[in-house]
Amino acid sequence: MSSITTRGAPRGFSFQEYMTCLTGIVWREGLRFLHQRERFVSALVRPLVWLFIFAAGFRQVLGISIIPPYETYILYEVFIAPGLMAMIQLFNGMQSSLSMVYDREMGNMRTLLVSPLPRGFLLFCKLLAGTAVSLLQVYAFLLIAWFWDITPPPIGYLTVLPALILSGLMLGSLGMLISSGIKQLESFAGVMNFVIFPMFFASSALYPLWRVQEGSPYLYYLCEANPFTHAVELIRFALYGQINWVSLAVVASCTIVFMIGAIYAYDPSRGLARRGPAGGEG
Amino acid sequence: MTSPAPIAEHRETPRPDPAAIPTITSSGVAALSIDSVSHAYGPRRALMDVSFNVQPASFTALLGLNGAGKSTLFSLITRLFGIQSGRASIFGHDISKNPGEALRLLGVVFQPRTLDLDLSLTQNLLYHAALHGISRREAATRTAELLGRIGLAERAGSKVRDLSGGQMRRLEIARALLHRPRLLLLDEPTVGLDVKARADIISHVRQLVTEQGIGVLWATHLFDEIMPGDDLVVLHQGKVLAQGPMSLVVAEAGAQDVNTAFMRLTGAQTMPGGGA
Repeated sequence: MSSITTRGAPRGFSFQEYMTCLTGIVWREGLRFLHQRERFVSALVRPLVWLFIFAAGFRQVLGISIIPPYETYILYEVFIAPGLMAMIQLFNGMQSSLSMVYDREMGNMRTLLVSPLPRGFLLFCKLLAGTAVSLLQVYAFLLIAWFWDITPPPIGYLTVLPALILSGLMLGSLGMLISSGIKQLESFAGVMNFVIFPMFFASSALYPLWRVQEGSPYLYYLCEANPFTHAVELIRFALYGQINWVSLAVVASCTIVFMIGAIYAYDPSRGLARRGPAGGEG
Repeated sequence: MTSPAPIAEHRETPRPDPAAIPTITSSGVAALSIDSVSHAYGPRRALMDVSFNVQPASFTALLGLNGAGKSTLFSLITRLFGIQSGRASIFGHDISKNPGEALRLLGVVFQPRTLDLDLSLTQNLLYHAALHGISRREAATRTAELLGRIGLAERAGSKVRDLSGGQMRRLEIARALLHRPRLLLLDEPTVGLDVKARADIISHVRQLVTEQGIGVLWATHLFDEIMPGDDLVVLHQGKVLAQGPMSLVVAEAGAQDVNTAFMRLTGAQTMPGGGA
């Protein structure tokens, strides 16, 4: 007769079980992404439109002086490339959170949250999976950008990877934190306007901050305080094999704060518990 | 652990070898214990002092109208919401204090569909296995075995989107069993299914009780899904009005059948088609 132990000392989870769970969540997110071709195409088209059209028109208007990490005069396209990489991650982070709201409405989120592994770990896996998807998008963008004369040093493609992982985690956890406060998909669209556009435009993605300072000191301070600015600068420096320590510190700190906030908000006894019943109610 | 035959053939299945039925080593522990659980959404009270047990190898029907609090109770047991007051435990593991061990022993079929429609049947099951830390090789074996058991082995590579409603439910039940839980919760699993699919699902789950000793909590508002030997919990407006073996609940209500008993207990009007 087979026997099943159902009570006794908790046996916990092995490292192997954690890794299986992590790879499973990343694998599923990757599969879902590959099935959503429109999402991949639109994720690429958005920055490419900025690069091919906006930057081409703007290069005559805005002169870029030599600022670190660049050692020579550069084309405007080269300047905004890191900003567009961060933009891909910003949209992806928000879109992942959008899918969490969707999943919660559709009930898919429940299958994730009834896993016996610790909830904080599950959410971290979800963030990492979203970041992995954003890396695919960013490298696809870099490949196309290379043909557009955006040619950072070859080592830059490698050194930018840790920066992209960190900024992807920061933007993903920010999205997750926001999604925890969203009840319905409809209200998320409004938040996108209030988060994505202000973050993107009030940053160093499209123009160097010294230029902003000339125009408006207050806007300059706002840009300096914007974590997205630091994500852009972290990526910009890393793409040229350098480290911007201030940006690294800001992005790392924000990642930790946003992630703790998101995990706290998704705690069943706090965030979700405050809301009404989800799915079919009986 | 035994392998039940495919659903469509279950009626021809011979009685299982009793020696093959798993036993619970901690005798006397309820599969699910709900103890004085109350829950409110702001000022609205969804559950009030709810207490009942589900025993291993038993089929317990949680009967209630829409809005009785069934889904809220399921959300608490599955830790989607925190328990505000009272206690819930699975085989003695407190859900709030020791969720990992409790959830390990729990399989759930939610009322809304929770499958990835664009992924294949196998991919859906492998994802679930990963969430329980089951290695890829072991997961592949169990997936193939379970798909065969529910008669969907040939559709393993198909997208879930192409399945019928009944097939999706069978897949969800298979998924809930993948990590070999000892307690299975099903929240109105037959809603929206045709008569044949309903009968298949019900008999499959009853087979799991008799052959594998799984404790089942089956939330429903359909009287004809309850059998005389079942345990019954009548939930109405967040309160447990009656509980116990079905025959006892019916007798205590001074009624001839569950339908009348439920009507007397709640004062509700019955709906055509055996629904509450």
